Amino acid sequence: MDLAFSAEDLAFQREVREFIAANYPADIRARFDAGLEPRKEDFVRWQKILYEKGWIAPGWPKEYGGTGWTATQKYIFQEELGAANTPGIIPFGLAMVAPVIYTFGSEEQKKRFLPGILSSDVWWCQGYSEPGSGSDLASLKTKAVRQGDKYIVNGSKTWTTMAQWADWIFCLVRTDSTVKQQEGISFLLFDMKSPGVTVRPIITLEGGHEVNECFFDNVEVPVENLIGEEGMGWTYAKFLLGHERSGIAAVARSKRGIAKLKKIANAEQADGAPLIEDPDFRRKLAELEIDLTALEYTELRTLARESQGKGPGPESSILKIKGTEIQQAITEMAVEAAGYYAFAFNRRAMDGSNEPIIGPAATAFAAPSYFNMRKTSIYGGSNEIQKNIIAKMVLGL
Amino acid sequence: MDFNYSDEQKLLIDSVERFVKDDYDFDTRRAIVKSEAGFRRDLWQQFGELGWLAVPFSEEDGGLGGTPVETMIIMESFGKGLVVEPYLSTVVMAGGLLKLGGTAAQKEAILPDLMAGGLIVAVGYAEPSSRFNLADVSTTASASGDGYVLKGHKSVVLHGPMADKLIVSARTSGDRRDADGITLFLVDAGAAGVSRQDYPTVDGLRASEVILENVQVSAADIVGPLGGGLALLDQVVDEAIAAICAEAVGAMEVLHKATLEYCRTRVQFGQPIGRFQVIQHRLVDMYMAYEQAKSMAIMANLKLDAEPAERRRAVSAAKVQIGKSARFVGQQAVQLHGGMGMTDELNVGHYFKRLTMIETLFGNTDFHLKRYAA
Ligand SMILES: Cc1cc2nc3c(=O)[nH]c(=O)nc-3n(C[C@H](O)[C@H](O)[C@H](O)COP(=O)(O)OP(=O)(O)OC[C@H]3O[C@@H](n4cnc5c(N)ncnc54)[C@H](O)[C@@H]3O)c2cc1C
Repeated sequence: MDLAFSAEDLAFQREVREFIAANYPADIRARFDAGLEPRKEDFVRWQKILYEKGWIAPGWPKEYGGTGWTATQKYIFQEELGAANTPGIIPFGLAMVAPVIYTFGSEEQKKRFLPGILSSDVWWCQGYSEPGSGSDLASLKTKAVRQGDKYIVNGSKTWTTMAQWADWIFCLVRTDSTVKQQEGISFLLFDMKSPGVTVRPIITLEGGHEVNECFFDNVEVPVENLIGEEGMGWTYAKFLLGHERSGIAAVARSKRGIAKLKKIANAEQADGAPLIEDPDFRRKLAELEIDLTALEYTELRTLARESQGKGPGPESSILKIKGTEIQQAITEMAVEAAGYYAFAFNRRAMDGSNEPIIGPAATAFAAPSYFNMRKTSIYGGSNEIQKNIIAKMVLGL
Repeated sequence: MDFNYSDEQKLLIDSVERFVKDDYDFDTRRAIVKSEAGFRRDLWQQFGELGWLAVPFSEEDGGLGGTPVETMIIMESFGKGLVVEPYLSTVVMAGGLLKLGGTAAQKEAILPDLMAGGLIVAVGYAEPSSRFNLADVSTTASASGDGYVLKGHKSVVLHGPMADKLIVSARTSGDRRDADGITLFLVDAGAAGVSRQDYPTVDGLRASEVILENVQVSAADIVGPLGGGLALLDQVVDEAIAAICAEAVGAMEVLHKATLEYCRTRVQFGQPIGRFQVIQHRLVDMYMAYEQAKSMAIMANLKLDAEPAERRRAVSAAKVQIGKSARFVGQQAVQLHGGMGMTDELNVGHYFKRLTMIETLFGNTDFHLKRYAA
């Protein structure tokens, strides 16, 4: 056993760090550091920079545009992106639909869709959840009926993240209601500009717009947009769940969150000294850091198993649960640290120019971030569902 | 020992609950929160007509002579409706300060109008660097002629934007954070030298940064003893804490009931999610958190008249329990509603946000743990 990275890994880490330092646009960095509401063009611009460097798809096989990195290198890459607070790589195209396409899609589909995903010219969204089908996804009702060389899609999806920016959607649809739920589901891709597609915003409790409702009214989808076989959609979706686990623990993001929390605690005065000097506060901060360290080493152990070819198993649900609990705990403590100025409702002006921030800049979005981060224990398979998975698959209960 | 409400108190509960149910539904509240003013003056006047604004004042002062239990009743019901009108600031805090420390002339000039729903008063007790310490006062009041000149910055003054008058703490002597030397002053919101930056709060209220730049006040504007304002403020803030504990209890009751109902009706995997044992236990934990909070809110309200050391311990203990319960109930209400809990459309998130800020208001859980242990 050895905790240190190898010399090659350290050299790689330096290379990544230097690349980010030299290429992360200052204006995007300023917006992200200030915690302003992200814009589509910021994500796209940053992703294109990584694309041009050849680093946009570390998770892909080399033949389709992957990097050929080891598991450790992928981890280092994620860490460095997180540490620099770059825009998160939007997973829907690169990490979600692409692996399904290159694993189960036809040659024709690979040629048609993968380049636009790599170059970030095509923005994807994930159409799984429905009003009546959240945790119980297999009960989904959106229907696709085959008519000649088309499917006619009717139904609705909800909580669709960033659908307002999406060009394409990958959708789980029901093509057969006569068989077992899981066996009647198919995996369809379609253009969001198709006639019959309507997107309506859902505003979340802190005031942001990141999720949407999508309605499909007789949307015509060419049959060549079906992935693999009809009725196999559930299998592909499950493959996807097991596939992309890197970054699920969000350790790098949480480290940044803690750094930000320290900034708040440095700015906030308590009895004439910065709050960060308060022993009770330090103790709580230490507990949080220790929790995060435990998660980091748990993730590293998972990674080590992965690099020995033992793919991520259900135990990676631990990473999802602990990762989100820690992210939430950090924002909780940020609200505590912010004190009275957490009350101020500072709008996350898109351009950061229109309204003055009330209170210290560091505390400006403490409360909205806390409110928003409640989502992390709900989405991506709620934490209750993750515990069900561990109980069943790991503990055999 | 008696935890029962009197008949009169039951009538009060009925009338406030009826108001919240009939006249302050969630859409009404949403419209108020979005409006320019951030509150409804007509409703505030209605509160006056109903006598709610006169509840805690003595009969000599023209009030109804209510006890903390009546205030608790009103605040608990307001918590159920997330009422944003300035009851806490104007009646509990400013009213409390005037009741305990006001001169006959001040009471006469302000209380009748306040109780009628006319005059709105907000209190500035915090400063950008004071955190939750009421004694940490940098705002100065320097003697000038037969009055004082105020200079300083009072931060996050809740209900500041709608206030006609302010009561602010300022230092007439001593060093920053000295217990002695703090004096409370009545200031006209429109007085020369008073400027405000108004803003909405994350929980649907309004607040102001109040800048005092050479504001001239007279000795007749002092509320309570010269240099001895802290004890007064400390007591009234304890009363305000007891009041928001009750408000939180009301909000938690709504959240718990709504979540229970949701888990009974939301079907996943072919059954109501409330059939899953993990959800049942969670709902039980929420229920216990609510009950513990309610007990402590009652305890604190009944100990407001105790001698200061006992009162402070009781109030801090209640604030700690309410802080913990409010966080748990709020977070779990969102969690068990799944994606719906994350929406602005559903009321759940709004209760969660208010509970979060109640946890912060007048000192968060850590602060009151320390105050209790001290
Ligand atoms: C911000 C955000 C972004 C999202 N983005 C997307 C997206 O881009 N695409 C997409 O398809 N979906 C998206 N989702 C949807 C997300 O996947 C669902 O919200 C999630 O699956 C939970 O479903 P639900 O909201 O219907 O809650 P429900 O499934 O109704 O669950 C309600 C509660 O019951 C619990 N519960 C349910 N079943 C069980 C059980 N068997 N045992 C114990 N507890 C249980 C849940 O944990 C939860 O606490 C997003 C959600 C959010 C909040």
